[in-house]
Amino acid sequence: MTHEPRAGLRNRWVLVLLLVPLVATLVPEFYNFTAPSIGGMPFFYWWQLLWIGGVTACVTIVYLATRRAR
Amino acid sequence: MTPPFNSFEFGVVVAMFAVVTVLGFVATRWRRGTTLASVEEWGLGGRRFGTAVTWFLLGGDLYTAYTFVAVPALLFGIGALGFFAVPYTIAVFPLVMFAASRMWSVCHEHGYATTADFVRGRHGSALLALLVAITGIVATMPYIALQLTGIKAVIEVIGIGGDWPLWIAFIVLAAYTFTSGLRAPALIAFLKDILIYIMVIVAVIYIPYKLGGYDVIFHRANSALAAKGLSTLLSGSQYLGYSTLALGSALALFMYPHAVTGVLAARSRDVVKKNMSLLPAYSLMLGFIALLGYMALAAGVKPVGGTATSPDTNTIVPALFNSEFPHWFAAIAFGAITIGALVPAAIMAIAAANTFARDIYRPYFRPNASDREEVVVSQIVSVILKLGAVGVIVGLKLTFALEFQLIGGVVVIQILPSVVLGLYTRWYHRWALVVGWIAGMGLSVYMLYVTPSKTAAHFGSASFAFSTWGLNTKLTIWTGIIGVAANLVVATALTPLLARLPRGRDETSPGDYAEEEALAIPFRPGPAAGQA
Repeated sequence: MTHEPRAGLRNRWVLVLLLVPLVATLVPEFYNFTAPSIGGMPFFYWWQLLWIGGVTACVTIVYLATRRAR
Repeated sequence: MTPPFNSFEFGVVVAMFAVVTVLGFVATRWRRGTTLASVEEWGLGGRRFGTAVTWFLLGGDLYTAYTFVAVPALLFGIGALGFFAVPYTIAVFPLVMFAASRMWSVCHEHGYATTADFVRGRHGSALLALLVAITGIVATMPYIALQLTGIKAVIEVIGIGGDWPLWIAFIVLAAYTFTSGLRAPALIAFLKDILIYIMVIVAVIYIPYKLGGYDVIFHRANSALAAKGLSTLLSGSQYLGYSTLALGSALALFMYPHAVTGVLAARSRDVVKKNMSLLPAYSLMLGFIALLGYMALAAGVKPVGGTATSPDTNTIVPALFNSEFPHWFAAIAFGAITIGALVPAAIMAIAAANTFARDIYRPYFRPNASDREEVVVSQIVSVILKLGAVGVIVGLKLTFALEFQLIGGVVVIQILPSVVLGLYTRWYHRWALVVGWIAGMGLSVYMLYVTPSKTAAHFGSASFAFSTWGLNTKLTIWTGIIGVAANLVVATALTPLLARLPRGRDETSPGDYAEEEALAIPFRPGPAAGQA
C-alpha cells in the first residue's frame, strides 16, 4: 500500500517529458536560424527533424513508465 | 498545359492499381469474423488489430496525400511556413497519447463505434451527439477531396487529359470498400508503406546526390523563393501562424472520425498507447518528403496542369520524379502516391459512413434498424461521401490543396470540448457545450468566409489575417484556434449559469476510462479466436 502512491508520483513527473517536444518545436523563436547547419541543412530544418527522434524517445519512456504491471 | 501522354508509366500505374484492387477484395476474407453484417466487423475490423496492423493502418490513415503531395507543394510555393507539418506531426503524439487510451477504453466497455456514440453516452445529449456526428462528416469531405487531388496530380503528370481516370479510381475504391470494409485499407496499407518507403529513401539520397548535396538544394531553393519575397526561414510575422497551424492541426487530427476509427479498431489499450511511440517514424518520412518541394525548386522543375498564370502546384512531386528519375522508377512512385491516397480515402469514407449510420440514421430515421440494415446504410453512405468529396474539389477554389485539410480542421476542432474534456471531466453542462459549439462554429465559418484566396473571394484559406479586422499587422493565425477558444470560453461561462437545467445522464463510470482489454475478452463471443 505504501508503495502505490510513490509509484504514482514518480509516474506523474515522467509526464513532464510530454511537454518537452511541444516546447521545443512549437516555438519558432528557438530555432528559426540558418546556422549552425549540418551537411548544408539549415538549423531550422535539422533541429525539427531531430525532434522526431526526441518525441519518439519521450513518448516511449512515458509509455514504459506508465504501463500497467501485469 | 498537359505533358505528352506516357503510356509506359500509365501501364505500370494501372498494373499496381489492379494488384491493389485484388487485395481489396481478398481482404474480405482476412481475419474475418462470422459475418461482415455489423458495423463492428465492417467498420472496425472486429476490433482485433494488433500493434503491427494498427501501426500500418494508422500510418495509412494519418499520413496521406497530405504528406506525399500537399506538404511538398506548400514548401515549393511558400517556403519555410510549409514545414509546419513537421512540428504538427511531432506535437500530435504527446498531446493525444492519454486521451486516445481513455477513448479506446470507454468505447470498448460500452461498444461505442464513433465519437458521437461516446458523446451521447457521456453527456446524455442526443443533440450534442448529432452536432458531433455532422461536424465529423462535413470535416471529412474536404480531407477526402485532398486525397483525390493527389491522385489527380499523378494523372496530370502522366499526361492524361480529362478526369475519367479519377472516376475509374473512385469506382474501384468504392466497390472494394463496400464489400470489405476496414479490412481492405488495413491490408493495402502494408503494400502502400513498402512502396512509399522505397520511394522516399531512394529520392532523398539520389536527388541530393544528383543536384550536388543539401547545401546546393537549400541555397538554390532560397534564391528561387527570394525572387517571390519568400525564404527558407520564417519571417517574424509568420511565427504565430506557424505555431498555431502546427498546434491546431495536432489538436484537430484525432477529432476526425477516421483517426478515431483507427484507434478503436485496435485490440487493446496497450496497442493504442504503444503506437503513439511508434507512429512518429512516419513523421520522419513526412519531413524528408516535405523537402522534395525544395528539391523541385533547386532542380528548376515546373508544375504541370492548371492554367498558364496559375499552374497546379500540387503536381510538383510527380513532376519532380518525372524529371529526375528514369520512367520505370517514376511510375512506381506514381503508383505509390496513388495507393497512398486511396488507403486513407477508404478509411475516411468508412469512418464518416459509420457515423452517419449509427448517429444519424438509426436515432433519427429508423430506431429499430437491424445491424444488417445499419451496415448497408454505411456502405451506401461511404459511396455518397466520396461523391461529396468530388463536389468539394469542384466547389472550393484553393491555392494549395493543403488548405482542404486545414479548413476541415477548423470545422472538426469544434467538437474538441465535448470529446476531450468529456474524457476527463463531467463538469461541463450539455447545453453549455451545445451553445459553445454554435458560437465557435459560427465564428469560424464567418472568419473562413471573409478570407479570400488568389482565385476566390470566400473560403480561400484557413489562415486568418488580423488585418481583416482593421488591425495594422501582418500576423496571421490558424482560424480554428480562435474558433475553439471562443467555443471553450462560452461553454465554461455558461456551465455555472445553466446549473438549474437538468443535466444529461452519464452512462459511463470513472473505471470505464481505465479499462484494460483483459476484462472484456472473456465475455466476447469470439469467432476469430477459435478460427481454424
